Amino acid sequence: MSDSSLLLASRTMLARDFTLAMRRKADVLTTLFFFLIVVSLFPLGVGPEMETLRQIAPGVIWVAALLASMLSLGRLFSDDYQDGTLEQIMLEPQPLSLLVLSKVLAHWLLSGLPLVVFSPLLGMQLGLDGEAIVLLLITLLLGTPALSLIGAVGAALTLGLRGGGVLISLLVLPLYIPILIFGAGAVESQNAGLGAQAHLSILGAFLMLTLVFAPVSAAVALRISMD
Amino acid sequence: MLHWSLNDTWAAGGQIAGKDEKMLEVRELECVRGDHRLFKDLNFTLRPGELLYLRGKNGSGKTSLLRTICGLTTPAGGEVLWKGENIRSLRDEFNRGLTFLGHLNGIKGELNALENLQVASALSGEKVPENQIHDALQQIGLKGREDLPTKVLSQGQKRRVALARLLISKTTLWVLDEPFTALDVHAVELLKGLITRHLTSGGMVILTTHQHVAIDTGVLKEIDLSAA
Repeated sequence: MSDSSLLLASRTMLARDFTLAMRRKADVLTTLFFFLIVVSLFPLGVGPEMETLRQIAPGVIWVAALLASMLSLGRLFSDDYQDGTLEQIMLEPQPLSLLVLSKVLAHWLLSGLPLVVFSPLLGMQLGLDGEAIVLLLITLLLGTPALSLIGAVGAALTLGLRGGGVLISLLVLPLYIPILIFGAGAVESQNAGLGAQAHLSILGAFLMLTLVFAPVSAAVALRISMD
Repeated sequence: MLHWSLNDTWAAGGQIAGKDEKMLEVRELECVRGDHRLFKDLNFTLRPGELLYLRGKNGSGKTSLLRTICGLTTPAGGEVLWKGENIRSLRDEFNRGLTFLGHLNGIKGELNALENLQVASALSGEKVPENQIHDALQQIGLKGREDLPTKVLSQGQKRRVALARLLISKTTLWVLDEPFTALDVHAVELLKGLITRHLTSGGMVILTTHQHVAIDTGVLKEIDLSAA
């Protein structure tokens, strides 16, 4: 198998998932609106005290992003599973992990990246200053792809199970905890004058680690689920 | 307990292309679903130009056998060999020679027929030119429907989109699970023609069907998975 056929297959997979999402825009928009609404609820619940909001802002935005990215995880493989295209994907003469990686990339571009893009707006709404907003943006940029990657393993493991959606949350949320801690902690650490370098490095390390291991694990999990 | 019987080989036609080499070999295959054993000690081989009919009642394990042959299901015992090697150890190479058509059509409802076939061919690592796909769709009787999302097509038309994959594929082994369901008389004839052409050019076909379909090219084998 040549490099070009690998490239063609992964590009096709990415383009396919993109086209599908564009023809079903509601799915993409639901995730984004969920994110925006959840964050906007906090000032209503906690009260408009600017100092309080500023303090909880990174955590709130991070938790909301985490839940939002989980919303669309259930469909990552299940649509393909139901119409039989997943079977076909598994019988392609390409490494399954590569095709999974393309799918995860599409998932992140469609449901992770929009959250990152809109996070500055929410940061401003909660009273974060410019520096903190930039830092929050970077942490989300490093963290959300890792969330998608970890989520893919959960989605593959729960494929075809009844109540799979709830099961994914139970399976994946605990694994999200380290990313949440370092993601939300970065801004706080910066404010405390400690710098966010360490937090960002650890987030980057998480991303690298999941980038290497998650597609392979998800591919194995898919083979088990389809068995 | 279920038995299988091999009403082996009645040769017909006789114009088998090429070699006498065993391409696909199934050895002592055993399949268990839940705690129910569907079959065990199943052996057969398939050479270029051979067609294998799988017969059997509902629930006798036809689909499970096909999925096991494709490598989607792990056998409880035994092995499936492709050119002498276990398909699990050379999955990519085996897949390159395989086209599987299952109960599900494996097409995306949001994409049109043309896009579905383009995606299918590109995922297998080889881009088929658009005019060739148009030709295939015309042959399969979907001309004028290329631009419709396949979710608005009828069951039979969706099946035809799936079958069009056979027209653009260059694979040697076709594994077809109930390929004739939802097809009209015309399409059944068309598919029979396709299978015949594939066999005469040295391809191999494994299929399950409840209908009697007369295909008299190459070597026909039959396995009945039903209880004796």
